[in-house]
Amino acid sequence: MKVLVLFAHPAFHKSRINKILVDGISHIEGVTFHDLYEHYPEFDIDIQKEQDLLSKHDCVIFQHPFFWYSTPAILKEWQDLVLEHGWAFGSQGNALKGKLFFCALTTGGPQQAYQIGSFHNHTINQLLSPLRQTAILCKMVPLPPFVVHGTHAIEPDEVLDHKNDYFKILKLIINNEFDSEKAVKLNYLNDYLKMEEK
Amino acid sequence: MHEGGFFYQAFVYLSAAVVAVPIAKRLGLGSVLGYLIAGVLIGPFVFGFIGEEGQDVMHFAEFGVVMMLFLVGLELQPSLLWKMRAPILGLGGLQVLVTAIIITVIVLIVSSLAWQTALAIGLTLALSSTAIVLQTLNEKGLLKSEGGQNAFSVLLFQDIAVIPILAILPLLAVKEVHHTGGHESHTLIENLPIIWQTLIVFGVIVSIIVAGRYLISPAFRLIAQTGLRELFTAAALLLVIGITLLMTQVGLSPALGTFLAGVVLAQSEYRHELETDIEPFKGLLLGLFFIAVGASIDFQLIIQNPGLIAMIVLGLVVIKLIILIVIGRLFGMKMDNNLLFAFGLAQGGEFAFVLFSYALQNGVIENNTANPLIAAVAISMALTPLLMVLNEKLIQPYFGTKEVSDREADVIDEKNQVIIAGFGRYGSTIGRFLQANGTQATYLDINPNNVDLLRKLGFKVFYGDASRHDLLHAAGAAEAKLLIIAVDDPDKAFEIVETAQKHFPNLEIISRSINWYNHYDMMDRNIQGVYREFFDSALRMAADALSFLGYRSYQVQRALKKFRRYDEKYLFKLAESRHERKTFIKTGRQFIEDLEKMILDDIENEAKDKDLGWDTTTIIEEFAPFVRKLKEESAKE
Repeated sequence: MKVLVLFAHPAFHKSRINKILVDGISHIEGVTFHDLYEHYPEFDIDIQKEQDLLSKHDCVIFQHPFFWYSTPAILKEWQDLVLEHGWAFGSQGNALKGKLFFCALTTGGPQQAYQIGSFHNHTINQLLSPLRQTAILCKMVPLPPFVVHGTHAIEPDEVLDHKNDYFKILKLIINNEFDSEKAVKLNYLNDYLKMEEK
Repeated sequence: MHEGGFFYQAFVYLSAAVVAVPIAKRLGLGSVLGYLIAGVLIGPFVFGFIGEEGQDVMHFAEFGVVMMLFLVGLELQPSLLWKMRAPILGLGGLQVLVTAIIITVIVLIVSSLAWQTALAIGLTLALSSTAIVLQTLNEKGLLKSEGGQNAFSVLLFQDIAVIPILAILPLLAVKEVHHTGGHESHTLIENLPIIWQTLIVFGVIVSIIVAGRYLISPAFRLIAQTGLRELFTAAALLLVIGITLLMTQVGLSPALGTFLAGVVLAQSEYRHELETDIEPFKGLLLGLFFIAVGASIDFQLIIQNPGLIAMIVLGLVVIKLIILIVIGRLFGMKMDNNLLFAFGLAQGGEFAFVLFSYALQNGVIENNTANPLIAAVAISMALTPLLMVLNEKLIQPYFGTKEVSDREADVIDEKNQVIIAGFGRYGSTIGRFLQANGTQATYLDINPNNVDLLRKLGFKVFYGDASRHDLLHAAGAAEAKLLIIAVDDPDKAFEIVETAQKHFPNLEIISRSINWYNHYDMMDRNIQGVYREFFDSALRMAADALSFLGYRSYQVQRALKKFRRYDEKYLFKLAESRHERKTFIKTGRQFIEDLEKMILDDIENEAKDKDLGWDTTTIIEEFAPFVRKLKEESAKE
């Protein structure tokens, strides 16, 4: 399988976590790292090029900081333009059928803050439901998100641990050693490796 | 010449025009009537500043009519002319034929003249005045209306009809004359057999078309490359005069020949420039012509036979009016257009002067018959502008005026909404962008090499100086929405702004500015947009420089936009403060001062990347303890 990482960070020069997470990612064989803000600083997204890229990959990842319970602006623009009717969805739109999809996000709050009754009053999965439904409408297989929580107070070692997990999962997917049927039952994709160990 | 020669005469004619025409225009009578009145005033019967030489002047000034038809031709694409073939032949042919027959019959009934003389009178009076009609219609902006177009078609047919009429007249002689060789008939080819004459005439017409299509444009390009404006004007005049001579030599109407040349050149890139160059000469000569017509009205004769002359004038105008209205109806013209058409053409024409004198020479008509007729024709011509005002003010309002708005829309149809002045590297980018987005603009450029090149690339660029209001007018500035000034000469750019604002107040203007002061001047003019020519490309280059240094392109892009916004705001402030300093001197020192101020302001104030929305520093300060606490709690569990 081939993996397409659609990366969106408007202020990457200030990034602490994602900078570590994406460091070396493009060297993994089978991964295409696509930096949207760097490519389209004027938001002039090349629809044809993006669709061609999607067609060449079997797994699509939105990697981004979690801004206002959603993606940075360019990823929304990307969805609006690239996921065309008759191509991505609708009776004729089968281009993305069967491809895996998940979000890899970083967020300042810890997992505990993302609970009903807690600070954000919603789980990450609840907040991601628009993206999940988008994937379903595009006939893709939505996987649970890979989340790096608590970045407001995180140690560099912790980030590296997350990065290792993230890369391991990517490699499993690339090597066709990834069981998506098991994965869909998880809350977080982070837990996949632990589940496999058991 | 009368008293003191050329300069005296020029002085008299010009002052008469300068005094009478503005007054006539102010009174809403149009310039033609003004010139005619001026002619009457300076003529031998009122102040007597000029004597009988008015006739000679008229002969010379008829050249103005030739120029006018050249200009009319320039406005007319060949395809349009082809579309007009039905009205030219049908409407024109019917008008001349019916009018000639009816007038002939009436002359036979009311007088004891021979049928030959009556026919000559009928044919001659059937013609109308191209000069007066076209000038008046043009001035009122009605030439492109249906009525105007039909009037033009009829006039065009009449111009052609003069040729056979001139051929027929000698055959109508009622008494023997000694042929002393009237100069109108003296052509190079008149002694050749008729078949050769015909062939030569066709050959001349074909050569005008071929030369206009393939020779004239390259020749004008060469001339334009010299950069001498007056040389271009000289060449344009040479063209018109050359055709006139050629046509006269083969016995054709010069007006017809230049009209044809005009039509051929209507597609040339030098069209606007030719128009601009010939226009003032045409205007002056036509003015002169109208003055001469006014001056030649024989008041002595009128005073002797006021009843007779009045009857002839009235009869001529009424008969022509009725025939024109009927024919117009026949051709399905709506009432308001038909009235315009009929009132426009209801007079005798300048050809009558030529034809009557030719008829006199050939013994077709007697002096005492011709003179009252000539006077009547002159009066009817003078009455035309008045009749048209009458029609416009009193008669027209009674008939549906709603067709007027339809008509106006047609006119706009032909022109583009955008005019780009200057089609070099800067303007062509604008033009290409607009074209790529389905907007066709009218392109003007002053560099002949550039025009040539762009034409080869398929852009329809016109050669000409956009700071001249007549050229802008020819390019359709009166109907256009937007004028884009993209020339690289600051003074020229500003001149264009001034001209456009003065003559086309409704036109929106955006302009390239070349330097600091040019920019300030443009801003003072309150045009819709001023663009420093190198500002955006310099900024983009600076932004790319940051990218080369490893900055993120989105960050760079935001910085660019922020800088531009800030810079433009600051420039606006500087422009305002410049006004407060009344004693502002345009010196290099001031420029450096301004620039320094801007740079210092950059350092002190903003233009630095803050992008607070994406800065987590303050969020971390506030929430990190909370996050840590939650983490510790979960670790305990």
